[in-house]
Amino acid sequence: MHIPDGYLGPLTYVAMYIIMIPIWLYAGTWLRKNLKSKQVSYLALAAAFSFVIMMFNVPIPGGSTGHAVGSGLVAIILGPWVAVVTTSVALLIQCLLFGDGGITAFGANCFNMAVVIPFVAFYGYKFISGRSEISSRRRVLAAGIGGWLGLTVAAGVAGFEMGIQPILEHTADGVPLYMPYGLGITVPAMLLSHAFLFSILEAIITALAFGYIARTDPTIIFNYTSAGVGKGGVKTTSPA
Amino acid sequence: MLVPIGLLASGTAYGEWSANQLQGLVGFVPAGVASLSGLWHAPLREYSLPGLSGTFLGQSLAYYASAILGAVLCGGVFILIGRALTRNAAKNKE
Repeated sequence: MHIPDGYLGPLTYVAMYIIMIPIWLYAGTWLRKNLKSKQVSYLALAAAFSFVIMMFNVPIPGGSTGHAVGSGLVAIILGPWVAVVTTSVALLIQCLLFGDGGITAFGANCFNMAVVIPFVAFYGYKFISGRSEISSRRRVLAAGIGGWLGLTVAAGVAGFEMGIQPILEHTADGVPLYMPYGLGITVPAMLLSHAFLFSILEAIITALAFGYIARTDPTIIFNYTSAGVGKGGVKTTSPA
Repeated sequence: MLVPIGLLASGTAYGEWSANQLQGLVGFVPAGVASLSGLWHAPLREYSLPGLSGTFLGQSLAYYASAILGAVLCGGVFILIGRALTRNAAKNKE
């Protein structure tokens, strides 16, 4: 899902940067306000986790490959605004050092993987888990479905960004200047490959990791106290 | 440990084709792809290391090294951010 340089025209990539700037600024402010110094190590870990998980390319029939992103998990555990920052940093290093994802497309890639995934995954998880116990099966399932939803929706959005290129940017004769395939091809190609494979991988990773953290160290989970936990008399003093 | 699995998948992710691959797919290289794709020359393109691209073993080692380097860099960025934040907090206390 790392869109390279040359696939998005200036109309799209400039627009995506303009959308991302206030999001990055707000995420930075949010972090400064809410981050405790002892949580910094979790952020470092989360960014490193995102970076490595994106290197696990999985082949699909038809010669294409893809991977999980892991920013849904970060959003569920540490909060979506944290995931915006950690995933953006991982994407920046991938882009600058390893040429994975374009410089011009960096805004779009961040929007897809560091905004759409975290927020869709987090709110999907939150909606499904309701007021259930932190280590309940329902919450593990909610994390998995959240992860699946986040990556699938992001794939659709990335497909949309690429698919509008032939409409937005072409020569006078109608020859595409950037991504040559239209919406009718890009959106289903991205949606289907993710929905049936990569997002399932993402869901499994998200559910397993969430289940493990919920069993071993639930106090680090974002909004732990306000998550309706404590029904069984467990009172925590962790910050909301 | 399983990191080089990513290398076994030889295909290119959807929409991440190189100019050459696009030529094969649609029969031409869109002008924007031709002009923008060379915009940035990443030093370790596609997680490879110079001199380690000949063999699968070499590629695997490079892939490992890239994963470690990337993870360390990601961690490092946040340790720096964390330091800056705690310094601010200490200043505010004074």
